[in-house]
Amino acid sequence: MPLIRIENLARHYVMGTETVHALRGVSLSIERGEYLAIMGPSGSGKSTLMNLLGCLDTPNEGVYELNGKNVARMTDNELADIRNREIGFVFQSFNLLARSDALHNVELPLIYAGLPPKERRERARATLANVGLGDRMHHRPNELSGGQRQRVAIARALVNSPSIILADEPTGNLDSKTGVGILALFEELSRRGNTIIVVTHEEEVALHSRRVIRIRDGLIAADEINREQRAVVDGAAVALAGITPLFIV
Amino acid sequence: MSRFREMIEMIRMALNAVRTHVLRSSLTILGIFIGVFSIIAVMTGIRVLQSNLETAMSGLGANTFQFQRFPAIRFDDNDWEKYLRRRRFYAADMKRVQEKSTLAQAVSATASFGVGEASSKFARTNPNISAVGVTPDGFITQSWTVESGRGFSEADDISGRRVCVLGADLAEKLFPLGSPVGQPVKFLGISYNVIGLLARRGSLFGQSRDNFIAIPLGTALRLYGQKLSLTIQVQAPGRETYQDVLEQARGAMRRVEPGIEDDFELVSNESSVGQFRSLTSAIRLGAAALSSIALLAAGIGIMNIMLVSVTERTREIGIRRAIGARKRSVMIQFVAEAILLSEIGGVLGVIAGIAFGNLICFFMQVTPIIPFDLAAIGLGICSAVGIIFGTYPAWKAANLDPIDSLRYE
Repeated sequence: MPLIRIENLARHYVMGTETVHALRGVSLSIERGEYLAIMGPSGSGKSTLMNLLGCLDTPNEGVYELNGKNVARMTDNELADIRNREIGFVFQSFNLLARSDALHNVELPLIYAGLPPKERRERARATLANVGLGDRMHHRPNELSGGQRQRVAIARALVNSPSIILADEPTGNLDSKTGVGILALFEELSRRGNTIIVVTHEEEVALHSRRVIRIRDGLIAADEINREQRAVVDGAAVALAGITPLFIV
Repeated sequence: MSRFREMIEMIRMALNAVRTHVLRSSLTILGIFIGVFSIIAVMTGIRVLQSNLETAMSGLGANTFQFQRFPAIRFDDNDWEKYLRRRRFYAADMKRVQEKSTLAQAVSATASFGVGEASSKFARTNPNISAVGVTPDGFITQSWTVESGRGFSEADDISGRRVCVLGADLAEKLFPLGSPVGQPVKFLGISYNVIGLLARRGSLFGQSRDNFIAIPLGTALRLYGQKLSLTIQVQAPGRETYQDVLEQARGAMRRVEPGIEDDFELVSNESSVGQFRSLTSAIRLGAAALSSIALLAAGIGIMNIMLVSVTERTREIGIRRAIGARKRSVMIQFVAEAILLSEIGGVLGVIAGIAFGNLICFFMQVTPIIPFDLAAIGLGICSAVGIIFGTYPAWKAANLDPIDSLRYE
């Protein structure tokens, strides 16, 4: 059974008198452990697809099965729980809580999962250490560099051991060197069995994945295996040394 | 269990939010503070007076009421003439009440017959000693305790003996070293033999209630004339019979046609308090109205601040929703924040209000009180204000679209 099965997914928005068809019937399936890039120019519908995959939105038509459950028909509360347990978001602009330190930011999903404080703190600590920020736990986002902030965001995405990590232009706000560091982290996570979906318009970023899906005008234009998957030069992944297999799904 | 944990978490978050906007939060809190402070201060002040009132108005014992010509408290003089036209009570009235009140446990009468200087062979006082004539049962109805010596007997009363009992303060002044019992005391030029010393009753509203001399009523009537105006006290044997005793005595007391209002004032501890309540009800009402308006304004302030806060934190709300916060969690978070703001103001208002209301104690020398019920009501109202005015902003926050709010700049 695939991790994600999408069939004929359609989403349109009504804007005044006009109806915008963002997705016109997309079908695809994603297996556990895949490292996948979704590409497309702006307006292609890739953001809509990402919102649907991330359970932030529900489709007008079609089926979306996540772990065998049809997410398309879920209520708002059920969707919130699915987001909490199954999906880890990584955003372009990091989206951390500015007034909370790194530790509390990483703890946040566990709060909504209802974990007791002690366990929560331990898991958040371990996860932060795993992304190489063991010494930055009590720094606030504005005391961290861009790369470090994104690592906090990745730790937050990972802390609940989700089925999918959904990254929206994760290197978009970073310089290329820092960006490569983040991609190395994704690679390492992928090697450890995490399912990663990266939404991007940068070929550079997409080339690091194993499968590239191209969206155009609300339809899948291409779905290809990336035969020349790029690896980040050895050494960039140094920060990952000592990772424990905490988030292997 | 996890719901409780969630609550704790929400309160923590709310505290954080309040702390990050100190000035803004303080101004909002100030509004609530003023509203709560004003009502609690006034109510506490009234309560302080009232709690000291029961014994103050009459000095009566338990289950006792009193017939007198004038009401215990008058705040305006509109009815002055009505009271002046009332007849006085004499010994005959007391006798009649005594005979007809078959259910009563004790019937007594007192008469004030002067204020003046008292002296012993050791000392003399300022001319501010009040004097009262009292029948033997007066010790029961006014709950006077004889500390040493004895009270008045029937014989003292009937034969008009020149004996007296002294209040504790007066006794201390006239006989600083030894017991006054058996010693002579001079009051308004007449010498009395002290036969008893009364136990201390303490002061009230800054006035000593132990600075007086009492002689048998019979003696007073003989010395100062039969036309002394009396006050008549009646004591019921218990709470159950109180109302029956009261009606019986009232019937005996009335000298007017049926259907006409009583030609005397009936005073009891209850009626004094009741009268005080009705006189202060206007003040209470005014304070309640004022503080309601203040709280309404403060509530609107809270709503305003919460709406600003929700807009400002749209992105935060988006983040929380994205990582799995239910609508309910967001709602609780913001309502908790509103309640917290209003409760901080409430707690400060209650503390300051009680302190301020008790200031009156220093001026009137009465015991301060801590009205826990008022405090609880005040805090309850604050929670209500927080909930009422925090719900709409919280609802708005909870129903923001997660996708739009994540993009919000």
